[in-house]
Amino acid sequence: MMNDPKTRLRRTMMFVPGNSPKMINSADIYGADSLMFDVEDAIAVTEKDTARYLVANALKTLKFHSETVVRINHPTQTPFGIDDLKVILPAKPDMIRLPKVEDVSEVELVTGEIERVEKENGWPEGTINIIGAIESVKGLYNVREICRHPRLIAIALGAEDFIANLKTQRTKTGIELYYARSQILMAARDAEIQCMDTVFSDVRDMEGFEREVTNSRDMGFDGKSVIHPKQITEVHRIYTPDDKQLTHALKVLAAFDDSLKNHKGVLAVDGKMIDGPIVVRAQRIVDQAKAAGIDVEKKREEI
Amino acid sequence: MKNAVGREIPAHISGISNTRLYEGTSAYTPAHTGAGKKLRAGKPHTDKILKSIDEAIEKTGLKNGQTISFHHHLRNGDYVMKMVMECIAAKGIKDITIASSSLSPCHDFLIDYIRDGTVTALESSGLRGQLGKYLTKNPGALKKPTIIRSHGGRARAIEAGELHIDTAFMAAPTCDRQGNATGRIGKSAFGSMGYAMIDAAYADKVVLITDNLVNDPVYPYSIPQTQVDYIVPVEAIGDPEGIASGAIRITKSPTQLLIAEYAAEVMDETGVLKDGFSMQMGSGGASLAAAKFIREKMEDQNITGSFGIGGITGIFADMLKDGLFKACYDAQTFDTTAVKSLSENPNHIEISASFYANPWNAGPIVNDLDVVILSATEVDLDFNVNVITDSNGICMGASGGHSDTAAGAALTIIVVPLIRGRLPMIRNHVQNVVTPGDDVDVIITERGLAINPKRTDLIEKLKDSKLPIMKIEDLQQLAYAFVGKPEEIKLSDDDRDIVAVVEYRDGSILDVIRKPLV
Repeated sequence: MMNDPKTRLRRTMMFVPGNSPKMINSADIYGADSLMFDVEDAIAVTEKDTARYLVANALKTLKFHSETVVRINHPTQTPFGIDDLKVILPAKPDMIRLPKVEDVSEVELVTGEIERVEKENGWPEGTINIIGAIESVKGLYNVREICRHPRLIAIALGAEDFIANLKTQRTKTGIELYYARSQILMAARDAEIQCMDTVFSDVRDMEGFEREVTNSRDMGFDGKSVIHPKQITEVHRIYTPDDKQLTHALKVLAAFDDSLKNHKGVLAVDGKMIDGPIVVRAQRIVDQAKAAGIDVEKKREEI
Repeated sequence: MKNAVGREIPAHISGISNTRLYEGTSAYTPAHTGAGKKLRAGKPHTDKILKSIDEAIEKTGLKNGQTISFHHHLRNGDYVMKMVMECIAAKGIKDITIASSSLSPCHDFLIDYIRDGTVTALESSGLRGQLGKYLTKNPGALKKPTIIRSHGGRARAIEAGELHIDTAFMAAPTCDRQGNATGRIGKSAFGSMGYAMIDAAYADKVVLITDNLVNDPVYPYSIPQTQVDYIVPVEAIGDPEGIASGAIRITKSPTQLLIAEYAAEVMDETGVLKDGFSMQMGSGGASLAAAKFIREKMEDQNITGSFGIGGITGIFADMLKDGLFKACYDAQTFDTTAVKSLSENPNHIEISASFYANPWNAGPIVNDLDVVILSATEVDLDFNVNVITDSNGICMGASGGHSDTAAGAALTIIVVPLIRGRLPMIRNHVQNVVTPGDDVDVIITERGLAINPKRTDLIEKLKDSKLPIMKIEDLQQLAYAFVGKPEEIKLSDDDRDIVAVVEYRDGSILDVIRKPLV
């Protein structure tokens, strides 16, 4: 269940430059839920092939505990994307990140390549999945259709290109991204896929980072793209339910079990009425706590 | 003959009279009386101030074959050794033994004086830079192997009479006209004079070299006038950049920080972190970075420690200032923040190298350590630690207080990256042993931790821990999976190719450094 690609925990997805053997080697030790090896924007045109082969060989040789994702170059807007897929897919990453996606046909194109490689290798369908990144207004307008593609199991916002497209810049309040974040999130929830927030690029500003991650968590995002190991701990901390939340969630679930067993009608915990959605939310909090390493069973006994 | 860490030591090493082999961390108990101070009779109203170092050499009567000493508080900014050696060489004095508390890359000039026979032997905590390379490749350049001692071991050797100093040339950042000296003030202030105190107390002749001679009495002093024969004022004793440049900061390397976090977690989970605990940490990389996480835990759990020892940095001085510890004992001050703390904070206590770590006194402060966090060049499956030779067998480091604190501390934690460049840092056998595995409890890398199997108590305490604890053999295999198994370095087995003798802190022979064959 924890490693089901559709539901696995993706609180953090760390960018790792695909041309740095040192960073690729050590990427795994910081506990990110997903590692995203980049052969796109972090890599100069003259280094594309180097990065592509380095990442492919790393995937074949090293054992990664985290989920592995490779951000390829765009398959139609650049001359590199298809070559990336030819080298990367046989190395069996868990996911391909399709940047600057604007139309579902692009997802279809990448899916075709994946299916071919899955068949050639005798891998089950769905071995390799896709996360798309919306980085333009055009992409945003097509996000609902993109999200509904069956190979797409997560969608992300790529803010830097999006902002350039909007002709504005990043602000501390995030007002400029509010609409895009909301739209993408709605589309993801409509299609029942996961939704990742964009990077926060000032690694020194940990206060600003905390504010932004808290906001995106409260909006409903499943996780955050990160660019430095020190951001990982912070995201995981923010995404870990606190003691009060966990205690309440466990009480709700206990009351719900009790009502099922004893055929009770209306439920209340701590004087507040409990209904279906509250039970679903409680289960989600318990799942998050388990994922963060909290001993939930011990907590259940304490209550 | 094999010693207790399994090292083959020749029965006789040319030029080395010591034949005691290492037999365990507390195998030797001294039964004799130590060295005394040569008696002198200072005459009333005589001026100790001399015009030049040249005059000081004349007055001390320095002769061929004698031993002179220096301290290393000026670190890589030291001018004093060079000034003294130029005068000695100009006078044609030969066959000098230099017993410096350590040597830095700024002492590479010694190569010239070794070549022309001015210097024929070295005794030091370590060998670095071009000098380290030169001596590793040319062991015959000196008349006998270099003797490597820990800080505590050096203080012991001096007090026990094994290292006799004819003349100590001691850099003093400030002294008065009688010779009361301090390192707390002056343009070349470096803080504690912990290493110099021993030389000044035991050398036959003591010459202070200062760039801040003052008329007013100096107090508190680290070296008293009763030990000082002559004073030479000079323009500058060192380069402030090389002595202590600003405040040492905690590393930004995520790998080092991860290792540091594990170290703090081990302290927490083994119950070391409690009111009244004492600690020492190294001055760089992951060991210093542990301070960040220890501090967080102390503040969260409202813990006040008893004392810290160092090697004191501004990071620790700030913990002292903020009330997280009651005191700190300082044998060597690492940055300007800590120098200021030593001057201003009465709980920042200056100590000698003997007080710090000499195993042959009634109680050095390392004996009271609850925990020490130390770095390593490499470790091995027996938990032995090397901090002196690199992956090519070249001398590039120093013993320092490594084995002293490891022996004294109840919990010794070694922090080391699993892989450096393309080399695994867990060897089958370390190139050279500086700290025996019997004194090492936990080895921490960025990919996992190994507990010394002899510490069953720690294994028990950490059995439910979420820390990535594994067997040291498995940790080594993990490193091999990334970079493969490196080839062993071929060493000369000719006893004339012994570069250095590594003494354990009790003076027994722990290891010999042999010339690598390339």
